[in-house]
Amino acid sequence: MTRINIQNRYTYFMLKTNTVSHTPAGSKYKHGNLQMKPEIKSKSCLRPAPSTKNLDMSGRNFFMLYCTSSLLSAIVGVVIIMTLLISATSATAQKAIVGDTIYTMEGDPIVNGVVLIRDGKIERVGSVAEITIPADYEKFQGSVVTPGLIDARSVVGLAGYYNQDHDQDQLEYSHALQPDLRAIDAYNSREELVGFLLKNGITTVHTGHAPGAVISGQTMIVKTTGRTVDEALVDSTTALAITLGSVVRSNFDTPGTRSKGVSMLRQELIRAVEYAEKRSNADPERRPERDLRLEALADMLDGRLFALITAQRSQDIMTALRLQQEFGFPLIIDGAAEAYLLLDEIADAGVPVIIHPTMVRTRGDTENAAFDTSQKLSEAGIPFAFQSSYETYVPKTRIALFEAAVAVGYGLDRMTALRALTIETASLFGLDNRIGSLQNGKEADIVIFNGDPFEYTSRPTHVFINGRLLHEAN
Amino acid sequence: MLVMKPIIKILLIGFFLVHYMSSGAAAQEQPVAITGAQIITVTGETWENGVLVVQNGVITAVGDAATVPVPADAEVIDASGKIVMPGLVDSHSHIGEGDGGDRSSALHPDVRILDTINPRSDTFRKALAGGITSVNVMPGSGHLISGQTVYLKLRPVNTVEEMLIWVDEESGIYGGLKMANGTNPLRQAPFPGTRARSAAMVRAMFIRAREYQARVHEAQNDPDRMPARDLALETLVEVLEGKRIVHNHTHRHDDILTAIRLADEFGYRMVLHHVTDAWKVADEIAASGYPASIIYIDSPGGKLEAINLLAKTAPVLEEAGVDFGFHTDDSVTDSRLFLRSPAFGKREGLSRRKALESVTIANARQMDIADRAGSLEPGKDADFIILSGDPFSVYTRVEQTWIEGEKVWDIEDPEDRKYAIGGYDVFQGGGYGHHHD
Repeated sequence: MTRINIQNRYTYFMLKTNTVSHTPAGSKYKHGNLQMKPEIKSKSCLRPAPSTKNLDMSGRNFFMLYCTSSLLSAIVGVVIIMTLLISATSATAQKAIVGDTIYTMEGDPIVNGVVLIRDGKIERVGSVAEITIPADYEKFQGSVVTPGLIDARSVVGLAGYYNQDHDQDQLEYSHALQPDLRAIDAYNSREELVGFLLKNGITTVHTGHAPGAVISGQTMIVKTTGRTVDEALVDSTTALAITLGSVVRSNFDTPGTRSKGVSMLRQELIRAVEYAEKRSNADPERRPERDLRLEALADMLDGRLFALITAQRSQDIMTALRLQQEFGFPLIIDGAAEAYLLLDEIADAGVPVIIHPTMVRTRGDTENAAFDTSQKLSEAGIPFAFQSSYETYVPKTRIALFEAAVAVGYGLDRMTALRALTIETASLFGLDNRIGSLQNGKEADIVIFNGDPFEYTSRPTHVFINGRLLHEAN
Repeated sequence: MLVMKPIIKILLIGFFLVHYMSSGAAAQEQPVAITGAQIITVTGETWENGVLVVQNGVITAVGDAATVPVPADAEVIDASGKIVMPGLVDSHSHIGEGDGGDRSSALHPDVRILDTINPRSDTFRKALAGGITSVNVMPGSGHLISGQTVYLKLRPVNTVEEMLIWVDEESGIYGGLKMANGTNPLRQAPFPGTRARSAAMVRAMFIRAREYQARVHEAQNDPDRMPARDLALETLVEVLEGKRIVHNHTHRHDDILTAIRLADEFGYRMVLHHVTDAWKVADEIAASGYPASIIYIDSPGGKLEAINLLAKTAPVLEEAGVDFGFHTDDSVTDSRLFLRSPAFGKREGLSRRKALESVTIANARQMDIADRAGSLEPGKDADFIILSGDPFSVYTRVEQTWIEGEKVWDIEDPEDRKYAIGGYDVFQGGGYGHHHD
């Protein structure tokens, strides 16, 4: 599904985000998704491959100078292009990653293993004994190797680390129902917090509009690199962020109660049901005028977007399940602080949970959050993922790995936690054909740790995305 | 001037004694011996097979099993395979549901958080679950001076008086003074609107306090010549006399230096709190001699002053020779996870010894309670915790928390355990409305 990020030495493919296909995606939970087909960017000037440092602006400025000046001599141009090609070649050189333990997430961990990377993809995975590393491969070595980690719910890139008006685009306060707000239109790929996630081993993040409105807007999935949102994009339109609970009334005059919020949501969904029927009319003349709000909701009702419903209290979780029963949309429950009270109900509904940060503050709707809820979800067979979530104050982003680590410290099985940070979340979003495990042909998003990834005192020493080394610890 | 202080002291101590003694908490007459564990004394040796003996609320012996006898009448706690270390000391927290000064002024040295603490707050149980036994509970940072802090021992009692840690009974000192600079106190009048105005207002008030101090001194206890009592200036005189330590919230490097400049001018004792930018001015902090208390948060930012918050602050301060510790700033970070902070410092190169000190003895020094808390030494309060493993491992849990020879929290007790895990209405949302805009 979604965008395919094909890179070679000479150019790369840009995405077009407005090509919609209704082909169902391979997700376990989702009936379909917006599809974006790759298309060769037809700009006269070849753009360099993404910077090897997420926040490194120097290459970009240099290149923009080149692009904007039509008077540069051909000789200078050729020299620059050659420089770029050499740089791109070295950045995408074939690599071998050797680890004492390699968690492939495909079967048992490999002791003394090696991962070969070719052209940004995983070429081969196995034990050092069975794989001969070609002589021209650049070698990296470390204690523990894992797939790039996936943060299942964030606002990073819309919310910035300064926490000032100019970098807080995660929530629009003018109306409580804004399903038309696209995450791609607000994402700052150069936000410091994106680089911060990368340094901590997060290579893919599901980010977008924050909880806090009845419908606060859309979400998307990006890699934690790229100079532009297009370069970062994995999936442009993943879910509609919907919130049930008391936090909504602190942001809006209406709704002022839980039940009013649900009423507003149902009314809008019923409008969207009618809109969906009309827009599929065989006679184009009888189709309705485009309504961006209803269009997004109709896409959700058609199963092409998830309903990502933030529901912390038990009554809010039950409301989410009730709405899902009524309207049949693909549902993910976000937060779920009191999920331990409703394990049977959630399991019976077959709904996955993106659990609140383990270390979330126990106040307001998350007052009853517990350190062991992810463990209980796991034992109940409920698919779950970890997230960084959203805080109005600090930390401006959490690290999903740290949240998983504390859950492990309080009893969650280590491998279950690692799966939740990788393959399970990839699978939840229908991306397990691309990322989430170390398997031949998948994108080479890989982290090398200098010890147990969950241990406080160990950390990533190398982070690769699409085979590029984007972070190296001193 | 301090004619009233002995009365306050007598009242408070009397209250404390009546309640505390009647609760029986101090009547730990039978010795307790912890055996089989690795015992980290922090200030001395780490004993691989140690013995810790406590009686009447204090440590009577600690050392190697081969040399420290277990008293014949002792209750023996077999802690084989465990690690025992001092109860943690948190030098900056907002547990206990207290408050401080209001919006009528930016300077409230007269305001006592003592008068607002809820001793039954579930936040105290949460802290015990994290191994915290002594804590500096402070009002917030939205004022230049938001009020007097309290040093509390987290005894499970009914009154705040029974929780107080007396630093100086003669002078009636059981806490410090919370101050702040940088952006938090900047608001509409009567608050300052700029950093320079902030400093000017603090200087003006301390100059008034000096004058008040001089008038009291000149009066030589002659009631007719004594100035009218001024609760605010009285407190600042305690600061000027070195009896009450200033706990100064400060983030940006220049704000840190401004705090140092003011403390130098008036000669008061001060701890620099949060110190986001300390890694930029580590040598200046070291040269000043003021200790620092670090906040560690999982990501930088949240406000402009905190965009340079880095885990490397601790090893940088260690290298520079600054005396520093960590604090929770609960609810900014969770008291149950206090040991994460030095662990992340260790991740960036902080030594193990300093990491251990940074949540124990270093913080006790910052509160003038190092003679009683922060290490396992004979004569000190028998405050210790039993851990399942290495203090800096994510897999380690606090299993028991002891205060003055009494077990006050035990993970095996379901009523206690729920405070470690949360959920099921354990936490009632209590907590200081800590606002840091």
